[in-house]
Amino acid sequence: MSTVDDSPDLLYSEAEDDLRAAVRSLLTGRGDIPAALARAESGVPYDTALWTSLAAGIGAAGLLVPEALGGQGASHREAAVVLEELGRAVTPAPYLTSSVIATQTLLACAADDRDGGAAKLLGALSEGRTVAALAVPLSTGPDAPLPNSRPGAAIGAVADAAVADVLLVLGDDGLYVVETAAPGVTIGAQTPLDLTRPLSTVTVDAAALTAGTRIAGADTAEAAVRRGLLAGAGLLASEQLGLAEWCLEETVRHTRERHQFNRPVGSFQALKHRMAQLWLEVVSARAAARNAADALATDSPGVPLAVAVAQAYCGRVAVHAAEECVQLHGGIGMTWEHPAHLYLKRAKSDEIALGSAGSHRERLAALTGLQAPGAPTG
Amino acid sequence: MNAIDAAELRRRTGDLLAAHPPGGTEPTDFLKARFDAGLAWVHFPAGLGGLDAPRSLQSVVDAELAAAGAPDNDPRRIGIGLGMAAPTVLAFGTEEQKRRFLRPLWVGEEVWCQLFSEPGAGSDLAALGTRAVREGGGDGDGGDGGDWIVNGQKVWTSSAHLARWAILIARTDPALPKHRGITYFICDMTDPGVEVRPLRQITGEAEFNEVFLTDVRIPDAHRLGAVGDGWKVARTTLMNERVSIGGARLPREGGMIGTVSRTWRDRPELRTHEMHQRLLTLWVDAEVARLTGERLRQQLAVGRPGPEGSGLKLSFARLNQEISGLEVELLGDEGLLYDDWTMRRPELVDFTGREAGYRYLRSKGNSIEGGTSEVLLNIVAERVLGLPAEPRDDKDVAWKDLTR
Repeated sequence: MSTVDDSPDLLYSEAEDDLRAAVRSLLTGRGDIPAALARAESGVPYDTALWTSLAAGIGAAGLLVPEALGGQGASHREAAVVLEELGRAVTPAPYLTSSVIATQTLLACAADDRDGGAAKLLGALSEGRTVAALAVPLSTGPDAPLPNSRPGAAIGAVADAAVADVLLVLGDDGLYVVETAAPGVTIGAQTPLDLTRPLSTVTVDAAALTAGTRIAGADTAEAAVRRGLLAGAGLLASEQLGLAEWCLEETVRHTRERHQFNRPVGSFQALKHRMAQLWLEVVSARAAARNAADALATDSPGVPLAVAVAQAYCGRVAVHAAEECVQLHGGIGMTWEHPAHLYLKRAKSDEIALGSAGSHRERLAALTGLQAPGAPTG
Repeated sequence: MNAIDAAELRRRTGDLLAAHPPGGTEPTDFLKARFDAGLAWVHFPAGLGGLDAPRSLQSVVDAELAAAGAPDNDPRRIGIGLGMAAPTVLAFGTEEQKRRFLRPLWVGEEVWCQLFSEPGAGSDLAALGTRAVREGGGDGDGGDGGDWIVNGQKVWTSSAHLARWAILIARTDPALPKHRGITYFICDMTDPGVEVRPLRQITGEAEFNEVFLTDVRIPDAHRLGAVGDGWKVARTTLMNERVSIGGARLPREGGMIGTVSRTWRDRPELRTHEMHQRLLTLWVDAEVARLTGERLRQQLAVGRPGPEGSGLKLSFARLNQEISGLEVELLGDEGLLYDDWTMRRPELVDFTGREAGYRYLRSKGNSIEGGTSEVLLNIVAERVLGLPAEPRDDKDVAWKDLTR
């Protein structure tokens, strides 16, 4: 659906609504919290059958990949809808890392991809047969310094390396695809705050790096990685939106049913105002997240600003929603048994992921000319 | 009858312009001719300034007329008439009332004001105490009855000192529960019992008035809707008020955030790190509020309005207050000063006008006027989220027995 002028399309198309319905129906069938918790503590939280259905069955893994390379030839708008649903269900799945960040990074390597290594990998990622992880800490924002990946140096807090088949590793002379099973690659599990997204320490020694496939030279590599992180940051806003939306809906449902003082607790104005305020934040987050997804999809010059605004806003909203969800549930919200903690842990981790709100505000200062004290005006 | 489409409206607009060239016609005569051609508000009925056409086609007429340099009816000056009185007269007025009032209202010959709020009835508007008593003691809805005699006090009335007519709600039966004993009237502001006094406000000026009603006589022919149906009629008025608030489309950095951003860019000597963080956070919030408004407009354009409208005013009020507060602080020594406390009666109000101190003080009203933020949060909680209402004991008690 196009709007009358050049303003971003902030709505959902019918095709996007259909995609949402398909993903939600898949996730609803698997929303077994006790099983998810048991898997989470096993160290590998992913339900591989679910991943296959999502990635290959629905075709979600290849949304960003052109049809000629084996993907769906869709866009960031559709991938954002998938992430909203994954956020709503706090689903453990390597979608943001493999199907968005790694995929976008590989797409941005096209210019250097003379041997077709990136293209071939994109085909495999689109089918969900292969999972890829970019070997940088999850906290790395689109403009942050990239990790010094000298061979043998450990990189911490790499998301989804534990379930990845291949890593995208920045070397001094470019970007390499390295198999996680290759000799000289060490993946050490860390204990994550967010139980639904495994984090690892990754070490790739010199021999392993050289044995990998170099898919981009040094200049393209950095730009490609930053493009991947930018898309990841922009679409993370949609995951945060979905998380916040679930927290609000669940809190409203709970407070309508829960009685204290012979009344539903949701009838107390002190609580109603908090939920109404949260609703306002959620509808605002939707506008910000759609704006970022649309900017990425149309590759508009406004991408950096749209992504920075979405990340400076939506992370706060998701954390606020999850914190209110815990508080307004009272005691049950503090238990291991109730899923609220999974949302809080995901929301708090997402707040750090792909650059903090503060780092995105710093970026905005530069983009809008609202410079810090002492900075050169411009 | 042919359906009215954009082409037909362009043709009729062309005919109007040909018959009444804007250059050689008195503006008021042109506006009357426009009204009579059904091009005033095309969604109104034929004969009442419209053509029963879809409301969305109004922009076709407006664009043609603007391109031809035609005069407009200065809608900001007559906003209450256009936005609140007219839709209510259309919905509840008799044929005679519609014919008498709508044309001079739209043309701008007669300014309207709204006599709703009272010192004792703000958020709880239905508790209002201004009394209307039927002369001769007749009651009930007996058609052409005697005149009504009105006594009471209204407040926060914009344009009362300029207005020819007012929409008024008053209590006609104190023995009924508060929502059921109210009747809606059109009040003649030239009646000798109407006294208008400026209400000086926090900024030093007086945008609004207090209106004292002493034995004001209103003929029964100026009653709008049935006796006792005033609350239902008033809800139509208030719904239209909400539609007309927050409709403007803003560019990035439009509104209050643009003012403080310009100050920040132009005055590097004022910057501190702490204020930098607050400015950027507010800039983000303002941009997101702008996008939320844009998204709402896109939903309306495809005929799927969402409930987001109820939230926009909340965001707008908070942002205006925090941003203007930051700007006063940013200005330091200059923030200690105020441009002018002289009592004035501004005809038009610009929330982003004058200096930072004025903007800070005026924005305090943004979370009170047109529905307090607290009431709006209740509306969101109950109507959007479906949360239960607080227990109430004021709905079924006779108005006269309520605590005041």
